[in-house]
Amino acid sequence: MTYCSFCGKEEADGDHAFCRQRLSAIDPPRYCRECARRMVVQVTPDGWTARCSRHGQTVSRP
Amino acid sequence: MTAAPEQIDVLDEAREQVLERGVGLTEAQVLKVLELPEDRIPELLALAHEVRERWCGPEVEVEGIVSLKTGGCPEDCHFCSQSGQFPSPVRSAWLDIPGLVRAARQTRDTGATEFCIVAAVRGPDKRLLSQVRDGIKAIREDGNDIQIACSLGMLTQEQVDELVAMGVHRYNHNLETARSHFPEVVTTHSWEERWDTLRMIRDAGMEVCCGGIIGMGETLAQRAEFAVQLAELEPDEVPLNFLIPNPGTPYENYPVVEGAEALRTVGAFRLALPRTILRFAGGRELTFGDLGAKQGMLGGINAIIVGNYLTNLGRPAQQDLDMLEELSMPIKALSQTL
Ligand code: SF4
Ligand SMILES: [Zn+2]
Ligand SMILES: [Zn+2]
Repeated sequence: MTYCSFCGKEEADGDHAFCRQRLSAIDPPRYCRECARRMVVQVTPDGWTARCSRHGQTVSRP
Repeated sequence: MTAAPEQIDVLDEAREQVLERGVGLTEAQVLKVLELPEDRIPELLALAHEVRERWCGPEVEVEGIVSLKTGGCPEDCHFCSQSGQFPSPVRSAWLDIPGLVRAARQTRDTGATEFCIVAAVRGPDKRLLSQVRDGIKAIREDGNDIQIACSLGMLTQEQVDELVAMGVHRYNHNLETARSHFPEVVTTHSWEERWDTLRMIRDAGMEVCCGGIIGMGETLAQRAEFAVQLAELEPDEVPLNFLIPNPGTPYENYPVVEGAEALRTVGAFRLALPRTILRFAGGRELTFGDLGAKQGMLGGINAIIVGNYLTNLGRPAQQDLDMLEELSMPIKALSQTL
């Protein structure tokens, strides 16, 4: 199962077009895609890091 | 025969009053500008741009910001994803000193002259202030001479003095909205408490940066009220944000401010604040897109935040720098600010 990293709900559950739009424009991921835990997110001027307590850290691509 | 007062066109008045004499518009005049029909927006923006060039010059001030302490704030500002009082997905985080130094360096590398260190707090405690002190020291040891601003909430006089001693040259503390609308937006502290901090900053000789957010349910009259309340404060800088309806906040379902309305606001604020650094801050990506950003830069704005914000992302810095180059707008150099 994968989860939406904007709203934290299952990807298969409902329409995430709005979520995808936000993620592509102004939002870093907030929920882990694997377990939907809220992540600890640090935004910096040129990127972000997001850490799930179970699944580790994701870093924005340069 | 003289025309009745209501027949005098507000942009004609503004041309004489603001452009020629440098006197900001009154509340009633700002309201008239905010009510201009859409087909007059280009004329408004052209005038606002002239005012900005006349009273501020051609340079654009570029700034980067970073969140030193994210989330978990005890206050209840209804627009804010960092309040601990709402079910927002934003979790608490602290940036360490090496991370802060890197952020300052990334900002300096864009050509920016300002770096603002921000914390989501009601006011700073000892731990936060000592982190800021260590952070500034480390940024300087890194050979980075960028000007440092802070935004750490409400301050005591002692804390103001400490920040001055650390070399913080500007302090951001937003009044957020009109005094009459503030109690709808925040209940855990008052507009007047914010005002008190701003006075202390000014009296201590720091530059005052004070703005707010458009699109929080305020009426146009309250938007005009806010513009003149800011003018009364005579801030060095006004950051203009447009609401980002963030999940979990009481304003999550508020509409994004529509582009034309936002442009009218930019023009009107410039005509109320002819000499202020008027900065495009958060929300411009949602409200304007790429085209509107240019229109804003040609409509009274003379400063931008480049790169990401505190919890939201901005356009890549290079995209904004390319825009400034395309508009032939010089970036303010560090030598001009010292
Ligand atoms: S004081 Fe600042 S961080 Fe705290 S809720 Fe208000 S705007 Fe957000
Ligand atoms: Zn979603
Ligand atoms: Zn996970």
